[in-house]
Amino acid sequence: MKVAVCLKRVPDTTTKIVIGSDGKSIDENGVKFVPNPYDEYALEEAIALKERAGAGETVVYSLGGDSSQETIRTALAMGIDRGVLLQGAGSADGFEVAKTFAAELKGGGFDLVLFGKLAVDDYNMQVGPMTAELLGVPCITTVAHLTLANGAIEAEREIEGGIEVCTCSMPAVLTIDKGLNTPRLPSLKGIMAAKKKPLEVRPVHVGVGTLMVSSLTLPPERLAGRIVGEGPDAVPALVSLLRTEAKVL
Amino acid sequence: MKDELREAVRALCRKYPDEYWRGLDERRAYPEAFVAELTRSGYLGCLIPEEYGGAGLGLRDASVVLEEINRSGGSAAACHAQMYTMGTLLRHGSEEQKRRYLPGIARGELRLQAFAVTEPDAGSDTTQISTTAVRQGDRYVVNGKKIFISRVQHSDLMILLARTTPIEQVKKRTDGLSVFLVDIREAGERMRVQPVATMINHETNELFFDGLEVPVENRIGEEGKGFGYILGGMNVERILLASESIGDALYFVDRATEYSRQRIVFGRPIGQNQGVQFPIARAYVATQGAMALRDNAASLYDAGQLPGAEANMCKYLASEAAWEAANAAMNTFGGYGLAVEFGIERKFRESRLYLVAPIANNLILCYVGEHVLHLPRSY
Repeated sequence: MKVAVCLKRVPDTTTKIVIGSDGKSIDENGVKFVPNPYDEYALEEAIALKERAGAGETVVYSLGGDSSQETIRTALAMGIDRGVLLQGAGSADGFEVAKTFAAELKGGGFDLVLFGKLAVDDYNMQVGPMTAELLGVPCITTVAHLTLANGAIEAEREIEGGIEVCTCSMPAVLTIDKGLNTPRLPSLKGIMAAKKKPLEVRPVHVGVGTLMVSSLTLPPERLAGRIVGEGPDAVPALVSLLRTEAKVL
Repeated sequence: MKDELREAVRALCRKYPDEYWRGLDERRAYPEAFVAELTRSGYLGCLIPEEYGGAGLGLRDASVVLEEINRSGGSAAACHAQMYTMGTLLRHGSEEQKRRYLPGIARGELRLQAFAVTEPDAGSDTTQISTTAVRQGDRYVVNGKKIFISRVQHSDLMILLARTTPIEQVKKRTDGLSVFLVDIREAGERMRVQPVATMINHETNELFFDGLEVPVENRIGEEGKGFGYILGGMNVERILLASESIGDALYFVDRATEYSRQRIVFGRPIGQNQGVQFPIARAYVATQGAMALRDNAASLYDAGQLPGAEANMCKYLASEAAWEAANAAMNTFGGYGLAVEFGIERKFRESRLYLVAPIANNLILCYVGEHVLHLPRSY
């Protein structure tokens, strides 16, 4: 079982975001970065799949600057065998990122390539399926339950109001939803072993693409609540305000 | 290493929030699940060299582990001794003893976290202990009593200090004491364990030895040289426990800061008042000083030196800083500080211990006066 995981370094979801002076990027000063939380489910699944198979290899790929090495080491501390840093600036255009990953993964002999279902910084949900397309392999997105048997994959997806079961053959690309597993914490031995695991740095050039971010703005500050009145008498006024002012009805 | 380690311990501790520790405190229960996970993750074996199955880390790294546990709101006292009690065995045990015990201790299958030195009539004056071990053939027979011996009920093995040559027959008071590794599981009725109830959730006991037999091969090092062996381990203990106090201090500063920013009285956050802000800031400054001294002491130890003065002084500063921070937090929280649900009162009780244990701060001042400032011995 040979499994690749594509990992993204993202701002910690509890970090207070400050928009950079160009108005279309995040000011990275003082921001704490973490592995994309959905990618952690993918990492856990890769490690568990290899453990269950009893043999194989797990490889983590990440696209980014040198600081992404730290994120890769976290994956290695969890138990991934080796890491590859695709050293270069990312692109807002998911297709360019997918092309970079596909070029690296092609010929790697992977049975499975795993992504988190989305990156919590841009919410694009594009790179996984696009990479699958470029590799010419099937893709199942938002996998919440996974069974492998005789080279075939059966995956459950939690869709609106129900569960959809999909099947495909390997090799394949899967994007992972939360709930598939509980990502393990690195043990002390894992942290120490991670220092000795191979981490290859390969410079890459990512195209600019055709999709650009033109601006970023923070959501408006939440205003204080208001008590419209009390008891049944207040209901008409409340409904009216929800319709005309809050515009949620 | 330190940052990764800190993050990893923090992530583990997040799984054991305030409610977990509060529940244990109410039931006076041992943190089984927390200790099991900490053990499984390898943290308690971090000071054991890799050749014996540990992680082979230094004291600087080990300090971070205990500091983060206490900063998270937890209490490392339930298990910290599993980290360092083995030091006596590691430094003075035979190769055979080390091969026999250390790998099991590193894995946590063997719990060596009890350390029997203190007696009702001999606290800091260790050479006056009255527990004896008399050699009879291939065994020693132990008689006497000990007090405030922690974690005995959660240990498989215990380090014991006993007098093997009567004090009248030795040239120096420090001679004639020996160290033994006692297998608690085999002690049976010859060692009675009487729990001591205290104001915190901490298992500690009085021990009564009535003819307990210890095989000669369980003596660590040479007969009569035990006092020196024990002293060596005390530097490590002081540096590590200082780290817990630093963790406590940061816990109080974190909580007091957060609360004083949110609590609105007279139309503004109470943290805007210097009467509230200054005590927290002062405690923070004291904590930073303690951290600097602790880091220095740990680095010296890791470099192979014996930082007696630094270890003592960092324990002093850290425990005082924690107590200062505890009081600042209590005052900041007002009545809520005493409300069990807020956690402050539990940590307040727990952090108080380190002003008197494992050594009273007055005795640290005695040490500094005598050994650093070369004043006449005062005790």
